[in-house]
Amino acid sequence: MMLQIKPILSALRRHKAGAVLIALQTALTLAIVCNALFIIQQRVAHLSAPSGIDEANLLVIENSWADKLSKEDADAQQRADLMVLRRLPGVQDAVASNSYPMRGGGWDQFITLTPDQTTAVGDAAVYLGDEHFMDTLGVKLIAGRNFRPDEIRPIANRENVMPPVTIVTKTLADKLFPDGSALGKPIYAMSNTPTTIIGIVDVLQTQSLADWQMRNAYQSLIWPMRLVGNAYYILRAKPGQLAMLRKEAVKALYAQNRMRVINDDGVMGYAEVRQKAYDSDYGMAVLMGVICVVLLAITAAGIVGLTSFWVGQRRKQIGVRRALGATRGDILGYFMTENLLISVGGAVVGVLLAIAMNLWMVTRFEMHRLSLFYVLAGVLLLLLLGQGAVLAPAIRASRVSPVEATRSV
Amino acid sequence: MFSYYLDLALRSLKRNKVLTALMVIAIALGIGACMTTFTVLHVLSGDPLPGKSARLFYPQIDPEDMDGYEPNKEPARQVTWIDGMNLLKAKRGERQALMTGGAVPVQPAQSGMDPFFSDARFTTADFFPMFETPFLFGRGWSEAEDNGKARVAVITRSLNDKLYGGNDSTGKILRMKDTAFRVIGVLDTWRPNPHFYDLNMGNYSATEDVFVPLTTARDLRFERNGSMNCWGRGGGDNEHIETATCVWLQFWVQLESADKAADYRTFLDNYSKEQKALGRFQRPSNVRLSNVMEWMDVNKVVPSDVRLQSWLALGFLLVCLVNTVGLMLAKFLRRAGELGVRRALGASKREVFVQLLVEAGVIGLAGGVGGLVLAFLGLWLVRLQPADYASLAHLDISMLLVTFMLALISSLLAGLLPAWRACQITPALQLKSQ
Repeated sequence: MMLQIKPILSALRRHKAGAVLIALQTALTLAIVCNALFIIQQRVAHLSAPSGIDEANLLVIENSWADKLSKEDADAQQRADLMVLRRLPGVQDAVASNSYPMRGGGWDQFITLTPDQTTAVGDAAVYLGDEHFMDTLGVKLIAGRNFRPDEIRPIANRENVMPPVTIVTKTLADKLFPDGSALGKPIYAMSNTPTTIIGIVDVLQTQSLADWQMRNAYQSLIWPMRLVGNAYYILRAKPGQLAMLRKEAVKALYAQNRMRVINDDGVMGYAEVRQKAYDSDYGMAVLMGVICVVLLAITAAGIVGLTSFWVGQRRKQIGVRRALGATRGDILGYFMTENLLISVGGAVVGVLLAIAMNLWMVTRFEMHRLSLFYVLAGVLLLLLLGQGAVLAPAIRASRVSPVEATRSV
Repeated sequence: MFSYYLDLALRSLKRNKVLTALMVIAIALGIGACMTTFTVLHVLSGDPLPGKSARLFYPQIDPEDMDGYEPNKEPARQVTWIDGMNLLKAKRGERQALMTGGAVPVQPAQSGMDPFFSDARFTTADFFPMFETPFLFGRGWSEAEDNGKARVAVITRSLNDKLYGGNDSTGKILRMKDTAFRVIGVLDTWRPNPHFYDLNMGNYSATEDVFVPLTTARDLRFERNGSMNCWGRGGGDNEHIETATCVWLQFWVQLESADKAADYRTFLDNYSKEQKALGRFQRPSNVRLSNVMEWMDVNKVVPSDVRLQSWLALGFLLVCLVNTVGLMLAKFLRRAGELGVRRALGASKREVFVQLLVEAGVIGLAGGVGGLVLAFLGLWLVRLQPADYASLAHLDISMLLVTFMLALISSLLAGLLPAWRACQITPALQLKSQ
């Protein structure tokens, strides 16, 4: 095998253009495929991040009042709504909140450890809810306690009050108090009034999933407040009851009070919320996958085409070699080795291109650094692809009979 | 001569269908991918108000306190009520408008219709003439109606169709949040892309359905939508946002020339200094003035995914072209014998070269047609996406021409090297081996 490399190299020198083209194509494909695979991995990791809630059984209803209501009336109406919802057969629990995880944005609050601190220690997504919040969403309490009913107070939209107690996620607690002593400590949310951490929950996804918010992922807090006026009702259905509840819950709410607005797209199961939240990630991953497959197919086709041409061009030489005693295996090996040499050449350039492309994307598109694993995977993939593509023409070459040596064309 | 070359090209292409198909498909895929992504990019980075956008400016001033101060950091992207009203009343521009997004409960008079929420824009009189909104019926409101907190509304054509069956509704009464408004104007279809005047509502969102004077909306405590940034002890509760240290309004001004823009910048600078002297502002004056397209850049309106996809598509096309170069090289060199005969019979190198380029061009055109079909398919797939810009992804005439130009140019480029190599064949050598 090794002995063959020298004649192959001198033969390649005779058709440089073709060899360079295959190498170049391999290099470009490698660079794009490495980065595409890496993007796919990033997007898939992003969209499979857990939300910490019982998504399978959750329903969100966006409710607004059609007429002007005083705070007291709105509060009374909301209590009545919640009573109706919690009593519905098929409902495990229900809560009214300002938002819901993965909504795509919403109320964020800078959190500091002292009232006069000017730079935030953490940035937290704010959820308002009563003592039913954790049970409704299926969030797990890992330390401290839930809110007591007497701690809950109704607030109007954009009313600026600071509740005395709060429940935070473990991520936020660890960010604020890395030594793990968060429970019972006061924190400040742009106010002189402290709010004390009385409970820590395990995982609760934030409202925004935007890339620039990823440093605040899972930093959420719950305040013992009920947002009266226009709010989201979150329902947790008993297993298997979700589809039925979609209609029943809205019907029950209208029966409670007609003067409200619930738009058709204001009723969403979590499958839809998730789809909406992650659609661009999903789309990007699929697109990258398609690009990879098509690129590899084109490159393979190119290799097959050019190698076939070379085989056709060298039939006579192959015949001579066969006549002089080369086995079929020798001929097969010759073309396979030739392709391997070209591919390795292309791969070396391709690795450099892939890294350069990634560095450029890091500066332009807030991409992460490419991990070496994807480069190696790409190299292996392209070497295998080259060998696979060359196989058919190489086998055809090996079947050239020694008689060809005597034919004139 | 050209038709003869064309005939030769077609014959040659027919001789090796698989190779021809491979080349055409490769070019079609590359062109299709490029045109799909470029069209989306083209639509998204378009000018929302062609001919006018260079004269519309978005001023930024820095009203925040010293907390988190960094010199020359970008100032707030919206204005407070007080600053917005001061700039509006100063009337230093040709026209100016202050605005915010909102939502209003519409209570239709028809018995069969449930109340519903409509997106709304609370703004001032110059909004309509400044942005040159087309009117189907009626007109916008005047400054007097702004000052008088008049109960008047302008609605869009789609809401007019829904509520009044498309008839002229000016003068009719429209109930919103238990208050009677008089419809004074109906906008014809108008959807500037991007939704430049307020990017908090989604970069490519549709135009709001209801327009109401800002003062009226505040008087009735209509619910506002959008982004609000507060500092100090500012809280965004709906009762006191006129005095709160919060920015939540967009302010646009029309300035006719570069000189006027420079003057306006000086005015903003002086205004900031004056407010600092008064004690309202604490930071040193830091003002910006961007026109529409500059403001789109500042806000990075075009999604980075779309730009990334365009670059990837370009890379994809490059691979397809390299592939085509390789295949064409194989194809042309295989015909060395035939070309040798042509050369021996008197064809010059140039003629052979042109003949081969014609063949490359034919492949390019076929690839262009295929690419166009793929681009239509690709854009159809884009339109199925739920992104707010999805419905805008359509191929226009200019992009159609670009598609064919790109296909032709790239296939000719791909044909250059193989054709040149094929020309170098020595006729005698080819004839001898025959």
